[in-house]
Parts: sequence; C-alpha cells; structure tokens
Amino acid sequence: MAEPWEDEPEGPVRKFMYVNRRAPYGTIYALESLEVVLIAAAFEQDVTLVFMDDGVFQIKKGQSTEAIGVKNFSPTYRALEGYDVEKLYVSRESLESRGLTTDDLVVPVQVLDKDQLAALMEEQEVILSF
Amino acid sequence: MAMLHTINKSPFERRTLDAALRHAVKGSGILLIEDGVYAAFDGTIVADKVKAAMADHEIYVLGPDVSARGMSEEHVINGVKIVDYDGFVDLVTQYDKVQSWL
Amino acid sequence: MAIEVNGKSYDTDEEGYLADLNQWEAEVATAMAQADGTELTDSHWEVINFLREYYEEYQIAPAVRVLTKAIGKKLGKDKGNSKYLYELFPYGPAKQACKYAGLPKPTGCV
Repeated sequence: MAEPWEDEPEGPVRKFMYVNRRAPYGTIYALESLEVVLIAAAFEQDVTLVFMDDGVFQIKKGQSTEAIGVKNFSPTYRALEGYDVEKLYVSRESLESRGLTTDDLVVPVQVLDKDQLAALMEEQEVILSF
Repeated sequence: MAMLHTINKSPFERRTLDAALRHAVKGSGILLIEDGVYAAFDGTIVADKVKAAMADHEIYVLGPDVSARGMSEEHVINGVKIVDYDGFVDLVTQYDKVQSWL
Repeated sequence: MAIEVNGKSYDTDEEGYLADLNQWEAEVATAMAQADGTELTDSHWEVINFLREYYEEYQIAPAVRVLTKAIGKKLGKDKGNSKYLYELFPYGPAKQACKYAGLPKPTGCV
C-alpha cells in the first residue's frame, strides 16, 4: 500500500462547468455550488465557473454580512486560484443589466457574450447549474 | 391606514416586485428585504420602474441586507429610505397591516 | 462535546473540531495535540499559524494539495511536500493541523 504522502494514481480528469445563477444570501445555492466546486478542485478536475444572471452578485466586492448573522463566503472565491481554478467567466449581459463592471468583482474574470458562453458550455463534459 | 408590502425576491429573477406594485394602492409602503434589495440600486434595468413607483409609494430598503450584498448608500436610488432592523419594526407598527410577498 | 483546558470548557463537534473558531487559544492546540500524544514543536506551530492566516483570508480550510503548495511558497520548498507535513501530522495534515488550529474540517477532506 502507498504511504499517505505518496500521490495517488491520477484518475480521469473531466471538464466540469459550474453555472452560478443565484444571488448569494437569499438562497443556499451559491454556497452549495462553491462547496462542490472546491471538492471537484481538490480532486484536480478541470473546473470552469460561470457567473450569470443574479450569480454575478456572488462575487460583488465589499460584502459585509455581520448584521444579517450569516457567514460572508465571498473571500473564498479568491482562494480558487490556489486550487488551480482559474477559468472564471461572467456574462456581459448579466453584468451590465445589474449596473456592474469587472471593477466591482472580487476576482479577475473574463467577460463573455452569450454566444461565447454557449460555445463554452458545448465544450464541457459535465455541467452543474446552481 | 395604508398597507406595507415587503418584497424578498430579486427583481431580476422573479416578478414579485411587479406583482406587488400592480396591487399596491397609492400611499402604501414598499419595503425591500433579502434579495428584494437588488431593486433599490441605481444603474440597473429595474431602477426606472422603482423610480416611477416612488410617485405613489414610500420605498424602503433594509440596510443590513444591502451591506451583506456588497452595496452601500451610494448605490441606493435617491429617495429610497434605508432602514435598520429597528426601523423595520417601526414601519410594521406605523402601517396598518403587512403583506409579505413571497 | 467539549474539551477542558486550564479549567475552561470549549465546545467541539463530534470529531473534536472546535465549534467556535474565535474561542481558539494556543493552549487549546497544545491540549488537543497532547490528547493525540503529540508534542507541538516550532515546525508544528508554523503550519498551525499558517492555517489560521489562510482561514482568516479565505474563510475556508485548504485541501491538502493546496496547503502543501501554499506552505512551499511561504516556508520554503523543503517544507512544501506531503511527506514533511505527514511526518508532523501523521493523522493527515489537513485534518489534524486544522483541528489544532481551531478550523472546521476542510471541504473535500476524506
């Protein structure tokens, strides 16, 4: 048996896309998605994140949840880089209709039009929508 | 006296705000809470609708839900009143009754 | 569940992780390690303090792979490998070190 510090043989790597479409605190979807993303990343899968519709609010800068008594999980999106999750995309239309720009976001993202997002979705092997 | 309508759903995702505004009589209050607070910010595609509604309604937004979402007073549409939890309670007593739109 | 340290009681979950991160004190880590038969050295503390800083910044406990890489970056290549961390924390660096650091169990940790 391998020692615990020896790397396990590499399993199959699949292209996973997580589509985030909900605002962060009104429902549990955003947090659930983030947890599943971290698990996939821990297993070294090829992870892509999309923030669209109200999902763009998940990565809005300056969240301060003390007064509502809920954990602020927005800093965790900045940990994704350390997990080698660097493919973060945002829908241009969703951003603009909400009066936001990439300067408002806690992580560097690439802004895509709907056609580009559609093409990106077609490239994936597994798509999970939250 | 008038009714206070609370709205807790995002105006970008649900039609709750529209439904409430359609059924709110002149003089009734609108309080935006939880994801409903996204209606209170300027520069969005729903801001004009909210500004128009201000002719007939006092519109309030719950401050703690605003800051949780990374927004602040500067993002809130001019004339929309920010209230804290105590202010929420005051509104509930000040208005006759409450309709919580879900 | 709870653990007693210097006459003070600290709530933990069923696996012994501290219920409230803010309650953490160095003595808690020492006591937890003692219960596991481990004497904490400077090398242990380096990792424990690193984990606390990581949590403070990102609000999660890192996965082992991420911890290893980040430790290597911060404390030097000789320490940024699983073998070194497993020697310090034989029950698993993420699990055991996180526990001593007062952090919740890492996500994706089996």
